[in-house]
Amino acid sequence: MRVALFLTCVNDTLYPDTGRAVVRLLTRLGVDVDFPAAQTCCGQAHYNTGYRHETEPLARHFAEVFGGYDAVVTPSGSCAAMVRELYPRLGARARAEGRGGALAATLAPVVPRTYELTEFLVDVLGVTDVGASYPHTVTYHPTCHGLRALGLGDRPRRLLAAVRGLDLVELPGAEECCGFGGTFAVKNADVSAAMAADKVRDAESTGAEVLCAADNSCLMHLGGTMSRLGTGMRPVHIAEILASTEEEPAR
Amino acid sequence: MSGTYLGMPAFPVAAHEAVRDTTLRGNLRHATHTIRAKRAAAVAEVSDWAELREAGRRIKDHTLRHLDTYLEQLEESVTAAGGTVHWAADAAEANRIVTGLVRETDESEVVKVKSMATQEIGLNKALEDAGIRAYETDLAELIVQLGRDRPSHILVPAIHRNRGEIRDIFRAEMGAWGRPAPEGLTDTPAELAEAARLHLREKFLRARVGISGANFMVAETGTLVVVESEGNGRMCLTLPRTLISVAGIEKVVPTWRDLEVFLQTLPRSSTAERMNPYTSTWTGTTDEDGPETFHLVLLDNGRTDTLADQVGRQALRCIRCSACLNVCPVYERAGGHAYGSVYPGPIGAILSPQLRGTASEIDASLPYASSLCGACYEVCPVAIDIPEVLVHLRERVVQGGEATLGGNKVLLKPARGHAVERAAMRAARWAFARPGALRTGQRLASRTRRLHPRTLPGPGRAWTGTRDLPAVPAEPFRDWWQRTSGGKDGAE
Repeated sequence: MRVALFLTCVNDTLYPDTGRAVVRLLTRLGVDVDFPAAQTCCGQAHYNTGYRHETEPLARHFAEVFGGYDAVVTPSGSCAAMVRELYPRLGARARAEGRGGALAATLAPVVPRTYELTEFLVDVLGVTDVGASYPHTVTYHPTCHGLRALGLGDRPRRLLAAVRGLDLVELPGAEECCGFGGTFAVKNADVSAAMAADKVRDAESTGAEVLCAADNSCLMHLGGTMSRLGTGMRPVHIAEILASTEEEPAR
Repeated sequence: MSGTYLGMPAFPVAAHEAVRDTTLRGNLRHATHTIRAKRAAAVAEVSDWAELREAGRRIKDHTLRHLDTYLEQLEESVTAAGGTVHWAADAAEANRIVTGLVRETDESEVVKVKSMATQEIGLNKALEDAGIRAYETDLAELIVQLGRDRPSHILVPAIHRNRGEIRDIFRAEMGAWGRPAPEGLTDTPAELAEAARLHLREKFLRARVGISGANFMVAETGTLVVVESEGNGRMCLTLPRTLISVAGIEKVVPTWRDLEVFLQTLPRSSTAERMNPYTSTWTGTTDEDGPETFHLVLLDNGRTDTLADQVGRQALRCIRCSACLNVCPVYERAGGHAYGSVYPGPIGAILSPQLRGTASEIDASLPYASSLCGACYEVCPVAIDIPEVLVHLRERVVQGGEATLGGNKVLLKPARGHAVERAAMRAARWAFARPGALRTGQRLASRTRRLHPRTLPGPGRAWTGTRDLPAVPAEPFRDWWQRTSGGKDGAE
């Protein structure tokens, strides 16, 4: 099976540790993962802000870069949802506008082969115990697109529950949005900040050391809020926890 | 102030005030979290909820697809049952019709059943201008009316008020509208309800004209349906001599059988009840029983334009249950008034910019009043994909394009105020289409990382006002991958 890592533009630029963790984790599980250097961005920020036409070249680029792989793995629920849920919509809209089925046909092959990381582990590799060790108290925030668009369900929690030494505590109001929402975070900064403050307060109430999620963009928003509020909690991507072992613990 | 939303500021401006109002935040958090949990339990009881939801979606889509047919059938049925049907293209025409009908009765006051359609057209103001006093009889609408306030929720228009505020409004205002509040009124729910009951009773018994909306209109028999909890609706629908109902054209359903679905999904979604306490149905007029005269005003007011839009038309499935408001984290913090419409919350954010167009500042900002978390779509009993429509309307705002206004196809220009964003999006698209350009930008960010400020100027302040920026790493992932052959060279 030829597996490609779609790291996402945010992770590539700001969170290379998450990328290294995915590579380490998948390699440990026997997957030979490739990182096609031509990859850039799925176009989600463009699409969700209303720039559908600007999104199309990015989607076509994605399909060209990843078209030759059997599986595309991404450590982001929202970027996976962009490909799986919204690429078909891009194609359908182009057709509805009388531009034919070319875009839909270009995008179609990558849609079913794109997996969010925890989905790939549980559904494709069939593992929940990935041999990780992480002796910390962790609370998990299910990010919205993973939760509602992809239907990740309890996959991330099952993976975390199998990690040695990890004490998983439930986050109150877990399914409520953290307030990131891409450009929403700046277009409606007051409401976004109020949502983040409430989420951080709920996370703090668990007494956990670590707030874990499967999307670094949400963690960037929550981590920035935690840092500003001076809480002691750390935001950590689930890939970094799952990659951590006794021999090579996460920092 | 009630009824008019002209000149409302953009959503973020209005929300800026609301998130700082701790009383409002407390009232909304308490109310929405309570009803949210109750609704989830009421829905979980129903083993075939997913099928009911799908059935509701299909019935509505089918009806909308053949709306012309069913509306004409409805008109025939209502007329045959002794009612009179009027067609109103917009709010002004609907108000003109209703005002004229009330004048014909020589009455100067009317009692009203809670109705979103009459709120939408600002009927109370139009009646007031014609010297006719309209009394709201739903408890929450009464609180809003007495407080010279605006509704902030579809089902519970006074959700932004707590018991203490309601007691104060009753004490100060009831006397000017009729029977004053009892001496020594406290803020216990039973006393507040009793004060409202006594105040409203004399209006029910005196009124000769009732005005209502409709939750459903059954085309095959010409029957209108109102569901409610307080019994005030039943009073208004049965005691007056003349009944005038104003309903959006999308409220029609083909048959009684279709009600089976909605009379299950609506109460559980809205009040978390298995069944609403009062379900009133009426078909034209009946000799010596109920109103002698019945008028139905069918309201378009932007609905046909909305129906013309392939993506946006799903908003017309809405049965006004409010489940999307109660579950929305943005509504919970911004409050209903920030949406600048009688339709607040997620459904308002897709309905108002379609019914009114995207020309005004508030309407152009509404599609952005969402983090696209999808909780609204999840709870919607007719499966309106609200995030899909929000993004579609964002596109209309920033890119313009084809829309229907007043029955005519028009080509909308992009809204003002998005030029910088548009340029940034184009630049990003240009860079993202060229991995080399992206890499250059990433490297520049990494090399200059010690120079990055903690807070940003200009629009960046919207981020750094409450959040620290993430630290930029020494090298982007792609450079590490290339340098170490994907970690195989061992160099971390």
